Amino acid sequence: MSERRTLLEVEDLHVSFATGRGQLQAVQGVSFTLDQGKTLGIVGESGSGKTVLSRAIMGLLPLSSTTQTGSVRYDTQEVLNAPNDELRELWSTHIAMVFQDPMTSLNPVQKIGNQITEPLRVHLKLPKDEAKETALSLLMQVGIPSPVERYGAYPDQLSGGMRQRVMIAIALACAPRLLMADEPTTGLDVTVQAQILDLLSQLQHDRNMAMILVTHDLGVVATRTDEIIVMYAGNIVERAPTDVLFKSMSMPYTEALLNSMPRIANPSHTRLTAIEGRPPDLLNPPAGCPFSPRCPYAQDKCFKDKPPLVEASPGHSYACWYPLGTTEASPAPAAAPAAAAPEEATA
Amino acid sequence: MGRYIAKRVALLFVIIIFVSVATFFLVHLLPGNPAVTILGPNATAQNIATINRELGLNKPLWQQYFIWIGHVFQGNLGQSFTTHQTTANIISESFPIDLELIIFSQILAFAIAFPMAMRASRRPNRLFDQAANSTTFAFLALPPFVIAPVLVLLFAVHWHVFPGPASYVPLTQNFWSNIHTMILPSIVLALGSIVVYFRLLRNDLISTLQEDFITMARSKGLSDRRIMWRHALRPSSISLLASVGVTIGGLIAGTFVVELLLQMPGLGYQLISSVNQDDYTVVQGITLFVAVAIVLVNFFFDFLFTIVDPRIARE
Amino acid sequence: MSSVSLTQPANEAFPDIKEELVAEEAADRTRKRLGVFFWICVGWIALVVVLALIANLLPLPNPDIGNYSWTQNAGPSWGHLLGVDDLYRDILSRLIFGARVSLIVGFGGALIGLILGGIPAMLSAYRRGRIDTVLNTGSYVFLAFPALVAVIAIVSFWGHALWKITLIIGIFGAPLIFRIVRASTLSYASRDFVLAAKALGASDSRILAREILPNIMPTIISFSLIAVATIIVLEGTLAFLGLSVSPPTPSWGNMLNEGSTLLTGAKGQTNPWLVIFPASAMFLLLISLNVVADKLRAYFDVTELKL
Repeated sequence: MSERRTLLEVEDLHVSFATGRGQLQAVQGVSFTLDQGKTLGIVGESGSGKTVLSRAIMGLLPLSSTTQTGSVRYDTQEVLNAPNDELRELWSTHIAMVFQDPMTSLNPVQKIGNQITEPLRVHLKLPKDEAKETALSLLMQVGIPSPVERYGAYPDQLSGGMRQRVMIAIALACAPRLLMADEPTTGLDVTVQAQILDLLSQLQHDRNMAMILVTHDLGVVATRTDEIIVMYAGNIVERAPTDVLFKSMSMPYTEALLNSMPRIANPSHTRLTAIEGRPPDLLNPPAGCPFSPRCPYAQDKCFKDKPPLVEASPGHSYACWYPLGTTEASPAPAAAPAAAAPEEATA
Repeated sequence: MGRYIAKRVALLFVIIIFVSVATFFLVHLLPGNPAVTILGPNATAQNIATINRELGLNKPLWQQYFIWIGHVFQGNLGQSFTTHQTTANIISESFPIDLELIIFSQILAFAIAFPMAMRASRRPNRLFDQAANSTTFAFLALPPFVIAPVLVLLFAVHWHVFPGPASYVPLTQNFWSNIHTMILPSIVLALGSIVVYFRLLRNDLISTLQEDFITMARSKGLSDRRIMWRHALRPSSISLLASVGVTIGGLIAGTFVVELLLQMPGLGYQLISSVNQDDYTVVQGITLFVAVAIVLVNFFFDFLFTIVDPRIARE
Repeated sequence: MSSVSLTQPANEAFPDIKEELVAEEAADRTRKRLGVFFWICVGWIALVVVLALIANLLPLPNPDIGNYSWTQNAGPSWGHLLGVDDLYRDILSRLIFGARVSLIVGFGGALIGLILGGIPAMLSAYRRGRIDTVLNTGSYVFLAFPALVAVIAIVSFWGHALWKITLIIGIFGAPLIFRIVRASTLSYASRDFVLAAKALGASDSRILAREILPNIMPTIISFSLIAVATIIVLEGTLAFLGLSVSPPTPSWGNMLNEGSTLLTGAKGQTNPWLVIFPASAMFLLLISLNVVADKLRAYFDVTELKL
């Protein structure tokens, strides 16, 4: 892996939806690159645009009701606004996706075996028995016990964790080079979450795949990614290599996300800090920094001018006028506002 | 699954008993002595007594019911007073015509409703969808007794595309002429079914196509065609299949109308002639046969959709 | 959560905005109009009803008895707007008097069905218990009996008088109306405002009349119109089969039957008008009833019921 090779290049990506009240700016100028074999974490609250971003990269958004500008290049090939016929050549064999809810994302009336062999037969043109063999070995690889029995089962006969493993098996069937995982562990038990994430990491290393892990949980990406992008209201607000981000996070929103997460280091019964307020109205975004209405450090300038995303040190960029750890961030960090409502912490 | 079947079968038996009791008492609780009906107003008391004895009409009604149902189980539905043909014989001769009409009309309805719904659901509320919705809505106002005479007037009398009334040829006699005579009545019958099937399938397809597993199927790089046929169609056709039984039951009125209009000797034609001749055993026999047949068809299609949706069977 | 649906991406992806969009939809509804087409259909139904009511007062020739000085099977002319039939009778006159049959059986049958099915349904759904179970199963069993076959059998033994046909069809419509009214009553019977009224000591009949009935009224009205249309079709079918009111009394169904027997010219005469006019009148009445029911259902936002 000595050779650094760029697999995915996103440049100034804008996505907006037409709604009854006007254009909704879901993604507003996102740029990043992803190298082969690397893992990128995209983190944000629900409504931050992270899911829309991942679907736009996949090309899964409906072209009729969305406007997408900028550029998404997969291996130098432009895929943004590409016709479905072109994308179909990439889907499964080059880019594959693990969706967040395996219960609704697996076809309820098809045996899981058929759902795994389908891409094998369609894309790789494998004969029936060979496809079945491959599917059984995939089920084994994703850690499903007694794969022969599970092969003929329907999705509702499996547990949530097992279903997510099936989803991973389907995504990996045609050996893609880029795996998109959209909240792959939401709704699973904590122990199962860790198993699924470990499985993803392990498979990724075995296969030298690139992976984009989309989540609302900084803890999920902390140990399993090379780089992290934090999104807020359709913008990248901070981007850094994982270790750098946790060492010197600069954007108050990133800090707020971290504080809203339970941590083992905290004494038990420590209150979780919710991020107060709601994400901004994307039909009518605020003039200044989108986070300013909820930011404990916000100053006059924050409400007037939108901070640009600047690269402060190599690889570490953030969009903030008064980043954390600088003298300018004057008020004491609001460690734990007592009245925080825990259920609003992460949606 | 076992309990589900047991419950269904139990209900089926209740319904069939109800249907047989209703059919039997229907004739007997209504005013007028069947013997008088058979013999006409000038019958002598002696003749009436003879008929009563022959038909067991002097026994208590509940005994008559059990005698009658006993005969039914032996395939004996009595015989016509006018032609002396057995009712079972009349049914076995005329039923194939109804069956053929129903099968043809359903094939036609499926062949039209499915592609139409598949096309409409891909772009809901766009031009094709709206046109299809309005057209089928108009079909609702075209029951067989309204549309059948108009179609006969246009296609048989005016343009001579299809044969007109009284040109029925049995299937065994001349295959192609038989098919030719069946086209027009099948179209008439199909209209009502098209409305039901199109609407159910369109609505279910539209909601299925928004499901996560369809997005997942797209992300697998499958063609739209394959997504429609392999992933969307089956989970969307459950309410349609569940409705086939009821829809076929509703076709009976239409088959009676076209049989009378085109003088095809099916069950409806026979039933109406028997009614007009006060041939009450035949009326009773045909009524029982048709009612039980409809109940059984409903029962069958109720089960069929458990095959399509394995989740129902496991619940 | 943060999934994106294909057709309504904004709603699903952004829960905060969803609430606002919902509020917007509610505002839309108050602005919603029934539309011109709705009023045209209401107009046609009203016209048919009024003409049928005042038929005796109109300058129409006797619908039952022909006038042999007229031309047999004549087409439309100024003297006879819709022509003359095979028995020298004015088709327009027969059409207007014939509307009475469809309307009486249609609205009368629906009313009987509402009384026999609707009232027990409200009580049954409100009180629940064993009676509800029995009535519910009973309605299933009753519905399984094919209405047309039963009505044919009964009518053929009992007679073809208008009131008998209306009554029989009403009785056979009752279980269906029972199911509809029961389902919609059930959806309100356990709502908070009903429980509140109970807690305040309101009597059951008061709760049914004041709390539940107004809420299920939109459902009842739109389904009743469908019931009227269905019954009119059933009566028309019976009449076409020669089992409704006896000739010479006109009904649209028996006019179509007469027209049909003349189609081929087998009787030495043809009269396409005797098919075209009753068929058009029937089509327009049925489509009007369906449109009005459909638009009302959309207007009142009546959701599909699980029966």
